[in-house]
Parts: sequence; structure tokens; C-alpha cells
Amino acid sequence: MRAYVVSRLAQTALVVFLSLTAVFAMVRLSGDPVLLFLPMDIQAKDVNQIRQQLGFNDPLPVQYARFVEGAVRGDFGESLRYRRDALGLVLERLPATLLLAGTSLLLTALIALPLGVLSAIRRDSVLDHVGTIATVLGQATPGFWLGLLLIYLFSVQLRWLPTGGMGSLAHLVMPSIVLAAFYSARIARLTRSAVLEALGEDYVLTARAKGLGEGRVIGKHTLRNSAIPIVTLAGLEAGQVLGGAVITETIFAWPGLGRLTVQALLNRDFPVVLAAVFFTSLMYTLINLAVDLLYGWLDPRVRLR
Amino acid sequence: MKKWLGIGLTAAVILAAGGAPWLAPHDPLRPEFSESLKPPGSPGHPLGTDQLGRDLFARLLFGARLALFIGGCTVVATAIVGGLLGLVAGFVERWPSTVLMRVVDVQLSFPFILLAMTINAIVGLGLRNIILSLSAAGWVVYARVVRGEVLSVKQRDYVQAAAALGMGRARLMFRHVLPNVAPSIIVVASLQFSAFIVAEAAISFLGFGVQPPTPAWGSMLSESRDFLYVAWWLAAFPGAALALTALGVNLLGDWLRDTLDPKLRV
Repeated sequence: MRAYVVSRLAQTALVVFLSLTAVFAMVRLSGDPVLLFLPMDIQAKDVNQIRQQLGFNDPLPVQYARFVEGAVRGDFGESLRYRRDALGLVLERLPATLLLAGTSLLLTALIALPLGVLSAIRRDSVLDHVGTIATVLGQATPGFWLGLLLIYLFSVQLRWLPTGGMGSLAHLVMPSIVLAAFYSARIARLTRSAVLEALGEDYVLTARAKGLGEGRVIGKHTLRNSAIPIVTLAGLEAGQVLGGAVITETIFAWPGLGRLTVQALLNRDFPVVLAAVFFTSLMYTLINLAVDLLYGWLDPRVRLR
Repeated sequence: MKKWLGIGLTAAVILAAGGAPWLAPHDPLRPEFSESLKPPGSPGHPLGTDQLGRDLFARLLFGARLALFIGGCTVVATAIVGGLLGLVAGFVERWPSTVLMRVVDVQLSFPFILLAMTINAIVGLGLRNIILSLSAAGWVVYARVVRGEVLSVKQRDYVQAAAALGMGRARLMFRHVLPNVAPSIIVVASLQFSAFIVAEAAISFLGFGVQPPTPAWGSMLSESRDFLYVAWWLAAFPGAALALTALGVNLLGDWLRDTLDPKLRV
């Protein structure tokens, strides 16, 4: 087990470093960022002076080295727009995104898992068919459309919930539902097929032949064994939620990391883009690492690889 | 039953897209301020008009064109690039395989929408660039899947026999391995198609990608936000079109997958 953990950690470190490089390359390759945030009537010589001042005139490897050195210390530069520490901005917005993501994942687990298990147990029943339709629709419906419809229904027409922003519990309801909808659909479908597959295995037949009550057959044997693919997908989805949150946060004006990233991209605020994209990728990678380690713990066969 | 729904919806979208110039009752681009914000059911405008008086139905039809075009181009580009790289990496193994997989891992460490959006913000807006951005973000899936498939197909008897008979590596790759890997590529492509369409809509919604006044479902949804209080149809219909298209293509993809490769069944 220890060798597995160490090897995964090493791979993760490598991927993190490479993604830092990739983010840097992407942003630097976009051309001259300096011209974009300066007033229109600036003189050519002043542009050059500012460029020199901000360090954009140095050769690319030097800029890269400076960037990596800063990044390691957590210094991604100053936001061009807010004149504050870029990483500080990112970290400031992080709790909001975590709150939204966490609530959505909780909702997903509460809805999708029981739905999937029940669909599998009562296969081809009314519940199963209704569930299938719901999941297929859930996967096809774009999040931002669902968000708009919910806003129209609950904020405009019924006036039950606020249209956006963060503040009370009421503000949290719609964004988390929107985020949860898509992922519950996927996880419910996967849970259903994983449980179905586990139900077909020999040990279930044995357990039933032994005389075990159906509750124990399912609870004790089936669920544990079907957990593995579900956990894998759930882990990957948890990372994707970070990306999906981008759109949801924009619609509901939720002051989170995703919205910050979009605004930074629109404003060409490169230090913040660098910090935000890298940080998101870091979280995603760490979540995948956690999933892999959890996977290794759940399924002993994996550790021996 | 799912199969027919999938085929039906997809066919409807294709027809709508292909027949747009003839089916559209009005010009989707020309503003007509006297007709602005008319609700569905108004004479001459079955689905209503937007804030500039442009017919919504016409814009939806042309939006279908754009969606299918973008989806199609992206799928083709990603399948070719990812498929070829995966094919070579899986076949040759050793360092090409390792390098490719590390690149894939790094790229996969970024959430897809975020990556596509960032690339798009960097390379610039517009139709060509959104296709480029989506392709750049989306090829990795093929590389992974194809490489895995190639690794297993390589072991099959007829491939080893052909190699033993002295067949050149290029011929082996394209004549024997590729045809067996093709079903996976097709399955992944069909599932990715709707994902790309929705992703493009999302990116246009956020302000990148395709710009107004070009009729695209994503930017139409974005514009509708300002008028949500008075014109619900501007948000309802483009989104419905998007959802139905995604649904149809997904179902079609599911059926293709069940037919071609049941092992990939979710």
C-alpha cells in the first residue's frame, strides 16, 4: 500500500508542475498583455517603460523562471485590475465555491444513490422507468438553461427565491440544485448499472441460498462491491463540479472562484487567470489523488499492481 | 424505443439545420424594431421575436446549423488527432506512449469547460477559434481510449501472425489495428458530439466563442437574461432546442454504443 501511495504522490507532483508550466505557456502565448490594460492615448515609449517595469521585456525563460519561483512561494503577481495579490483573491473566493460544490455533492449523493439503488433493485418497474427518463433528461439539459428556467419560475413568477448573490440559505437553493441535477443523473445511472452488475454475481446467489434476508444481501454484500466504480466516477465528478460551477456561479452571481475566473478572462487579468486556473487544476488533481488512494483502500487488487 | 427517439430528434435537428434558409420565415439577422419582443403565437412569428425584432424561430433554425457545424467539425478534428496519436502511442509504446500519457494527464487535470474557455479567451473569439479551442481541449479522451484499445488489439492472433509474416508496421497499424479500434472511436465520437455542442453553448453564454449577432443558441440564451422578466420565450426555446438536440444525440450515441461495443455500457 505504501508503495502505491508514494508512486501516486510522485505522479501528482509531476502533473502539478507540468500544469503550472502549461498555464504559463497558454497565457504568455496570447500576445502582449500590457497594451490591453493601458489607456488608449499612451505613448509608445511609455508602453515600453511600463513593460520593462512589469518585467515583460525579459526573455521568456527568465519570465518563466521568475513565475515558477513566485508560484512556489504562492506569489502569482498582482491582479491587473484590482491591484491586489492574485492568489489572495483566489483564496478569498474559494470558500464560496466550496460551499456551493459541497452542497451540490451532498444533494447529489442524497438523490442519486438511493435512486440508482432502488432502480436496480426494482428493475423494469415504474420507478425504474421514471428514473431512467429523469436521468436521461437530467444529463441532456444544459445547466445554464435549467438555471434560467428556475430563476424565471421561482424568482420572477413566484418570488420565493432571490435571483442571485450569496447571503442566506435561500440563495444557496437554486445554484446547488442546478449543479446537482446534471451530476445526479450521471451517478444515478452508474449506480444503477453497478448495482445491477453486482446483483448478478455468484456471491449474491450464494447469500440468498444461504437464507439471508434481502436487506442484508443488498446492504452488506451488493452495495460494498458496487461502490468501487461509483466512487471513481463520483470522485471525477467532484472535480468536474469545480468546472461546472463556473457557469452556475455566473448565472446566479455567486461570488466564487469560477466567476472570478470568467471575469478575469474577460478582463484579460492574467495574473488572476494564472492563479485561478492553476489552483482549480491543483484542486482537481488532488481530488483525483484522493480518489485513487481511496480506490486503493477499497479494492485490494489495485494495490498489487 | 430510446433508439427511435434518438434517431427522430437527431434527424429533426439535421433537417432544421439543413433546411434553415428555406424553412425560416424571416431573416434571422435583420432587426425590425416595430416587431420587437412579440410573444409566441404572434402573426408571422410562431415562436415570438427578440429585443431587436428578429424572428426567434428563424434564429433557432440557423442556430441549429451552427451547433451541428461546430459539433461536427470538433468531433472530426478531435477523433483524427486523438485517434492517430493514440494509435501510434499504443502501437509503438515505449517513450511515445509515456510522453503522450503524461501530456494527457496534465491536460486532464483541467476541467474541460475551464480549459476550452481559457484557450478561447486566449486565441480570440469567433467561429474558427471556438472549434479550435474545443478540439484542443477534447482530443485527450480519444487518445486515452484508443491507446487502451490498441494495446489489447495488438495482442490478438491475427495481428501477431501478420507481424510474424513480415508485414510493415505502418501497414499493420492501418490495415489491421485501426479497423478494430474504429468502433470505440465512433462510440466516443457520438457521445462527445452533444458534449461539444453544449460546451460551445456554455462558452458562448459566458461571453466568449461565437459572438452576436450570429444566431447561436448559447449567446441567444445569454442575451435572454436581460429580458427574462418580460420575454420568457427568449430563454425557453433556445434552451429547449439545445436540450432536445443533446438528448437526441445522446440517445443515438447510446444506441450506437450498445450495438458496437457493449463493454463500454454505462
